[in-house]
Amino acid sequence: MTSHTTTPLEYKTQQSQMNILGFWIFLGAEIVLFSTLFASYFVLEHNIAGGPAGGDIFVLKDVLIETFLLLTSSFTSGLAIHAMRNHDKKGLLIWMIATLLLGAGFLYMEINEFLHFIHEGATIQTSGFTAALFTLLGTHGAHVTFGIVWISLLLVQLVRRGITEKTSSKLFIASLYWHFLDVVWIFIFTFVYLKGMVM
Amino acid sequence: MSLDEFFVTGDPMIFASQIAIGLTMVGLIALITYLKRWKWLWSEWFTTVDHKKIGIMYILAGVLMFFRGGVDGLLMKAQTSRPEMGILDAQHYDEIFTTHGVIMILFMAMPLLIGIMNVVVPLQIGARDVAFPKLNALSFWLFFVAAMLFNISFVIGGSPDAGWTSYFPLAGKEFTPGVGNNYYAISLQIAGIGTLATGINFVVTIIKMRAPGMSWMKMPIFVWTTFITSIIIVAAFPIFTVALLYMTLDRLFGTHFFTVAAGGDPMLWLNLFWLWGHPEVYIVVLPAFGMFSEVIATFARKNLYGYKSMVYAVAGIAFLSMLVWVHHFYTMGNSATVNSIFSLTTMMIAIPTGVKIFNWLFTLRKGRIEFSTSMLWALAFIPCFTIGGVTGVMLAMAAADYQYHNTMFLVAHFHYVLIPGVVFAVFAGLYYWWPKMFGFKLNEKIGKWHFWLFVIGFNLTFMPMFFVGLDGMSRRMYTYAESTGWGAWLGFSAVGSLIMAAGFAALVYNIYWSFRYASRKVGNDPWNARTLEWATASPAPHYNFAKVPEVDRLDDFWYKKKKGETGLKKSDLKPVHMPSNSWTPIVLAAAFGVVGFFLVFEWFTLAIIASVGIVVGLVANTFDYDDGYHIPVDELEEEEREWRGDLK
Repeated sequence: MTSHTTTPLEYKTQQSQMNILGFWIFLGAEIVLFSTLFASYFVLEHNIAGGPAGGDIFVLKDVLIETFLLLTSSFTSGLAIHAMRNHDKKGLLIWMIATLLLGAGFLYMEINEFLHFIHEGATIQTSGFTAALFTLLGTHGAHVTFGIVWISLLLVQLVRRGITEKTSSKLFIASLYWHFLDVVWIFIFTFVYLKGMVM
Repeated sequence: MSLDEFFVTGDPMIFASQIAIGLTMVGLIALITYLKRWKWLWSEWFTTVDHKKIGIMYILAGVLMFFRGGVDGLLMKAQTSRPEMGILDAQHYDEIFTTHGVIMILFMAMPLLIGIMNVVVPLQIGARDVAFPKLNALSFWLFFVAAMLFNISFVIGGSPDAGWTSYFPLAGKEFTPGVGNNYYAISLQIAGIGTLATGINFVVTIIKMRAPGMSWMKMPIFVWTTFITSIIIVAAFPIFTVALLYMTLDRLFGTHFFTVAAGGDPMLWLNLFWLWGHPEVYIVVLPAFGMFSEVIATFARKNLYGYKSMVYAVAGIAFLSMLVWVHHFYTMGNSATVNSIFSLTTMMIAIPTGVKIFNWLFTLRKGRIEFSTSMLWALAFIPCFTIGGVTGVMLAMAAADYQYHNTMFLVAHFHYVLIPGVVFAVFAGLYYWWPKMFGFKLNEKIGKWHFWLFVIGFNLTFMPMFFVGLDGMSRRMYTYAESTGWGAWLGFSAVGSLIMAAGFAALVYNIYWSFRYASRKVGNDPWNARTLEWATASPAPHYNFAKVPEVDRLDDFWYKKKKGETGLKKSDLKPVHMPSNSWTPIVLAAAFGVVGFFLVFEWFTLAIIASVGIVVGLVANTFDYDDGYHIPVDELEEEEREWRGDLK
C-alpha cells in the first residue's frame, strides 16, 4: 500500500496498481491480435478475385471524417483524465461524454462506410481481400462499440460514487483502452486506406 | 435438422457411450442430491476464487480429460494393432485422432500444468492469492465449459475430423461440411480466452506479489518458468484467437480467408496455426521443466546447479520458440533459403535445452539422491526426453525432413517429447505437491507400480513407431496391408499402450487408496524441501501464510530451516484480507458455453438471445464493488496453533 501524496489516486492501492499493470499486459496481447489481423490483411490484400480492390471502394472524405472524430475523442479522453487528476468530477463527466459522442459519431460513419462497400459489391464474402478488410475494420469497430458501452457503465458508477480510488482506476484503464484504439486506427488509416488508395 | 442428425447415430460404440454418459450424469446428480452436497459444492467450489481450489479443479478436470484422450489413444492402437483391422472405419479413426490430439494438448496438458501453477506459484512467492482471483476463476470455468463443449461433439452433432492441426482446405466447409469442425473452432476459442487471462494473471502476480526481499534472481525456478510461460501465452494466444475467428467466419459465414477459391489462402492458416502452435509446445513444456528442477533439487538434497543459466536458458527457449514455426511445413513450397533459416533457428533450440539437461545432471552429481516416486519421474524424464530431443534435431534438418515429414517417425518424436516432458512432469509434480494440496501423501508403493508400468508401457508404445515411420508408414493411416511388415511392430506398440493404461489405472487407484488410508500426519514439510510453499501448513490454509514471509536469498526456507528461524510470533499476526467468492465467473462461462453451442449448430437467433447472458454477466461484474473480508487475528492464531509447535 503506497500512499505518497504525489501518487495519482488511481495508483493508490496495490490492487489498482495491479489492475493497471494487468491492463497494460492485456494491451500487449491486443497488439499481437491486431498485428495478426494486419499481417493477414497484407497477405490477402491483392487477392480480389475479380471483385473490387481497395482503391475502388474507399472514400477519402469519409475516412478523413472518421479519423478526425476518433483522434479528437482520444484528445477529449485525455482531458477527462486530466480533470480526474484535478478531482473535477463534472469536468471528467463532460469530457468523457464528449469522448463517447465522438466515438458514436465514428461508429455511425463506419457503419455507413460498410453499407457503401456492400453497395459497391464488396461484401465480406466477395474475396480474400474483403474478408480481411471487413474483419480488420470490424474488429476495431467492435472494440469501439465495446468501449462506448463499458465507459457508459463506468460513468454511471462515477455519478453514483464520485471519484474514488476504485472509480478513478477503472476510468483510467478505460482511457488507456480508448487511446489504444486510436493508435490502431492510425495504422488502419495509413496501411489500409492511404496505401490502398495510392498503390 | 432432425433428431437423428442432432445425435450421432449408427455406431454401437458411440451409442453405448451416449447411454453411459446419460446414466453417469443422472447418477452424479442423484448422488449429490442424496448426499445433500449441492450447497457445499456451490459455496466451496463452484464460486470459489481461492487459487488452490481452482488449481485442484483444474487438475481434476485434467485427469478426466487424460482418461478421455487416453481412451482415444487406445482405440487407435487397437485399430492399428494388426493389418486390416476393422474396429474403426476411416471416418471414425479420423475423428478419434483429431480429438485425441486436441484433448491431450489443450484439455489435458494445459489444465494439469495450469492447475499445478495455480496451486504452487502463489505459495512459492509468499502471496495470499493471484493478482486477479475472480479472473482466475473465470479462466478455469471458461476452460471447463470449452472442454465439455468439445467433448459432447462425439455424441451430439459429430466430432471434428480434420486433425488437431485442422489444415485448410480440408477443414473448410467445402470438404468437411458437418458441425464437427465448428466445435473445434468455437470451443478452442472459448478455452483460449481463459488461457490468455491466466497468462496475464500470472505475469502480474509474479511481478507484483512476491514476498518482500524476493528479487528476480531469488525466485524459485518454477516461478521463473511460469512467468516466462505466461509471457509466451500473452504473445502467442491472440494469434490463435484470430486464426480461429477466420476459421469460424469461413465455416459459418462463407468468407474466403483459407479457401482455395475467391482469393483465400490455405497457407495463411498453416502459418497462423503454427505461429501459435509452436510456442504452445513450449507453453506446456517450460513449466514442466520448472517442476523437474524443483523435484530434482529437493531429492538430490542440493541447490539447483546453474540456477542463473537455467533462467537464461528458459528465456532463450521462449524467444526461439517464436522463430521456428515454418519447420512444421518444410515440404509445403518454401524456398531453400527460408527452409535453411528455420532449420538453423530450430536446431539452435537444442542449445539452451542442452544447458538444462546438463544442469539437471550436475545437480544430481554427488547429491544424496532419494528415490521417491516423484524423483523417479524426473530421473526417467532425462533419458526419454533426450531421445525426443535428438530425433527433433533430426527432423529440424529441412533436407532430411522430406523423408520424415508426416510419418510415424514424427508421431513417435513428439510423443517422446511431450510425454516425458509434460506427463512425467505432471506426475512428478502431483506426487510432490499432493501433500500441500490435500494434507496426505500419495502411496509410494502404488506410486512405484504407476511409475514402472507407465514408463515401460510408454517406451514399448512409441519406440516401434520410430521404426515403422522410417520404413515409410505415414501418420493418420487407419489401416495397412500385411505385406508392409509393420504388423509386429504395431502389435508391440498396442501391447505397450495397454501397459501404459495399466499405469494410469494404478494412479487412479493410488488416489483412491490414499484418500481412504494414507496418514494425515505429514507435517508442513514432508520432503525436507527448499521453497516457501513448505513453510506453511499442509494442506495450505486458505490464507496461505499467517504472516507474509521475508526472503533473504534463493532457497530461503531451506537455510531458515537449518537455522531454526521458521517460527512465528503471535505479535506479528495481523488481520488478513481475503477476496470474496463470486458467482459471476461460473455463470459467465456457462453463458459462453451456451452461445458457443448455438454457434456450433449455426442457430444464430438463439445465439444472439443467449449472448444476453454474457452481457448481463459482464455488467453485473463491473457493478460489483465487493471488497472482500478480513480474517481476524484470533482465527489465524487458532489455525496456526493446530500445526505449529513454534507459535510464540
